[in-house]
Amino acid sequence: MRVLAALSGGVDSAVAAARALDAGHEVVGVHMALSRSRDRFRTGSRGCCSIEDAGDARRAADVLGIPFYVWDLSERFEETVVADFLDEYAAGRTPNPCVRCNEHVKFSTLLDRALALGFDAVCTGHYARVAAEDDGGRSLHRARDAAKDQSYVLAVMGPDRLAHALFPLGDVASKAVVRQEAAARGLAVSEKPDSYDICFVADGDTSGFLRARLGERPGDVVDASGAVLGRHDGAYAFTVGQRKGLQLGRPAPDGRPRYVLSVEPVRNRVVVGPVEELAVGEVVADRAVWFDAPPPGAWTDALVQVRAHGTPVPARVLVPDEARPAAEGPAVPSPGGVVEVVVDEAAGLRGVAPGQSLVVYEGTRVRGQATVLRATRAGALAGGLPSTVGGGRR
Amino acid sequence: MRGRRTHAAFVDWAAMRAYLDHAATTPVLPVARQVLAEQLGRTGNPSSLHASGRAARRVVEESRERLAALLGARPSEVVWTSGGTEADNLAVKGLFWGRRTQDPARRRVLVGATEHHAVLDPAFWLAEHAGAEVVLLPVDADGVLDLDALRRELEAHAATTALVSVMWANNEVGTLAPLAEVVALAHRHGVPVHSDAVQAVGQVAVDLAASGLDALTVTSHKIGGPGGVGALLARRDAPLVPVLHGGGQERGVRSGTLDAPLVAAFAAAAQEAVTAREASAGRLAALRDDLVARVLAAVPDAVLRGPADGTRRLPANAHLTFPGCEGDSLLYLLDSAGVEASTGSACQAGVAQPSHVLLALGVDERDARGALRFSLGHTSTAADVDALLAVLPGAVGRARAAGAVGRPPAAARTTPHGGVPAAVGAAGARV
Repeated sequence: MRVLAALSGGVDSAVAAARALDAGHEVVGVHMALSRSRDRFRTGSRGCCSIEDAGDARRAADVLGIPFYVWDLSERFEETVVADFLDEYAAGRTPNPCVRCNEHVKFSTLLDRALALGFDAVCTGHYARVAAEDDGGRSLHRARDAAKDQSYVLAVMGPDRLAHALFPLGDVASKAVVRQEAAARGLAVSEKPDSYDICFVADGDTSGFLRARLGERPGDVVDASGAVLGRHDGAYAFTVGQRKGLQLGRPAPDGRPRYVLSVEPVRNRVVVGPVEELAVGEVVADRAVWFDAPPPGAWTDALVQVRAHGTPVPARVLVPDEARPAAEGPAVPSPGGVVEVVVDEAAGLRGVAPGQSLVVYEGTRVRGQATVLRATRAGALAGGLPSTVGGGRR
Repeated sequence: MRGRRTHAAFVDWAAMRAYLDHAATTPVLPVARQVLAEQLGRTGNPSSLHASGRAARRVVEESRERLAALLGARPSEVVWTSGGTEADNLAVKGLFWGRRTQDPARRRVLVGATEHHAVLDPAFWLAEHAGAEVVLLPVDADGVLDLDALRRELEAHAATTALVSVMWANNEVGTLAPLAEVVALAHRHGVPVHSDAVQAVGQVAVDLAASGLDALTVTSHKIGGPGGVGALLARRDAPLVPVLHGGGQERGVRSGTLDAPLVAAFAAAAQEAVTAREASAGRLAALRDDLVARVLAAVPDAVLRGPADGTRRLPANAHLTFPGCEGDSLLYLLDSAGVEASTGSACQAGVAQPSHVLLALGVDERDARGALRFSLGHTSTAADVDALLAVLPGAVGRARAAGAVGRPPAAARTTPHGGVPAAVGAAGARV
């Protein structure tokens, strides 16, 4: 195959490209320039946006003996990932920019451009496995190394895109193996630290970034009864489940810590309360993308995961059909449709914020992905559930 | 079928390559290789007084005399440098500081809008750090300097102007500058003129004395010599303040130990390039004209940039834009098929930028992204052009499809030759 290897300048993508080469593919390296104002050097644990990272990617391509190009996708990245990030926070939701980048940039613009140029696939250093199905299709699975698994952020690509994706690191035992392999291949990036933070937020200060881009919008911090407990500079800087940085002058009457329960952008309020109010029993999500959709109208056992590296919890999921429309679907029909999820509150799913990605698994296999619209304690959906919902509790 | 051919070319990675990027660098001439190898076998610092040093000095001085004779200069007017960029820096900064020392009011630096970054960036550096005022001189749609703008600028501000720098021939679109007129205008106002002739030597007649220029940049690796060596030809009365300070070599204007092997090989290459110029220029111009005609026939909406009249541009230069394509995509597709060309423009931090040269010509940003420069040289043959034409139409089709990804359809476009661009609009746009 002709394979375009996305090279971030990090160790994972370099080793992935090397493995694609070993597998006999024709490989060309491409570094995506995603930020217009790039720092000269990599700082801290930010991703791949500095000039130094581009240089590391180029050097990796040199070592592998493959052609190398830098593609300027900064406009697309700004229009989709960064704009979505700002819009979502401004709307009181909690976006995952890595998911949006995979959806709109890596497995969209990059892949489409690669296909147009005559490539057959895009290769990345993501930790996930792709398996061939009996029907000739392909399925997306968790990586062998559960600690590094990235199937959660990849699920959004859907089956059509997966047909053109290559993840050579899905089967490695651990990151240590990848580093050893990089060193053995003479790749200088073998010791480069992992990246964690949001790549386009300089210095990792997300709320500072939001304040700079969205402006200060002071408002009240209230409890569930509406009593004002303090002030904030912008509700967008808060996310459901957050405990630190509330800056409430006086402690709760019972002395227990308070958490952000919800963010109300229209009233510009941040609602706080005790930890048990974060418990989640029901989730409604939209913009569903399915590899293997459950039969409509029937509650189906599955595992759901609501954040990267979060613990998957047993759940029952329902794709509403026409006979049984969504209990509280969005006013506007959602592209890709809605999925309803019921979990046992005791399963410990806490602080699920609108905007987060919800991925549905069966074992290690990804069935689908959707974006959280609303997460609540047990109640509304349960009323419409078959009595067997209890069977979801294990 | 086209797809299959492209596929075959892709797989046949090690096939013979067609090198159409001589303006980036050109293969070292056998005579230069021979001289370089010979000289590398010797030792001696040209500044040393013992026999080895004297022998090295003799090589350096003979090379100086040789280069001077080839380019209409006196030996004392040759200042060896590490290459074109250093020579340009020395000319722009050195003349600026020298002229300002004579009269502190002289702060204005007049440079063509299509100059190489080795001239533009020192000028902007002077603006940021030394109080200079940079004036970008506009060009027309062919890239020819606007003499009226220069005249107006000089008539209004001659007393405060430090220097004028206008390149002999543009490195991207190949346009030849009206240097005689530039020199006449500037000298009428007592302002010195520098010209970057890096691309011109070996293709058109370059003669310091005949040109009337005060300083002239040349470099070795563009004419078949080794890299890492060049020269500034500067009249002895040019007020040059040094950029590099140290041992006082090169009449104190450019310190640093001279490398006898490099300057000897440079002079040898210059000898051959300049001597062979008339014959090779005719041959390359014919090959270039064939290339352009065939590209335009194969890709009818491609646009030739720079003068259509081949005598008004470098004989070995062809520059075209391909609507809807990214130059980078074309470069990759051609490279994978064994054809080596250039987008002609610099990249910033690895990211291809629309060329400032094309923007100055009035090309809109979208079209400027689809630029390819094909430059010929002493090893070029008709087979190179054939190889290009075998793969270019397919590459353009693919690049166009790739270029359409993730982009809205083109809005109303400006015409290719839409006149003077806003970016450098009025004469003397100040930065």
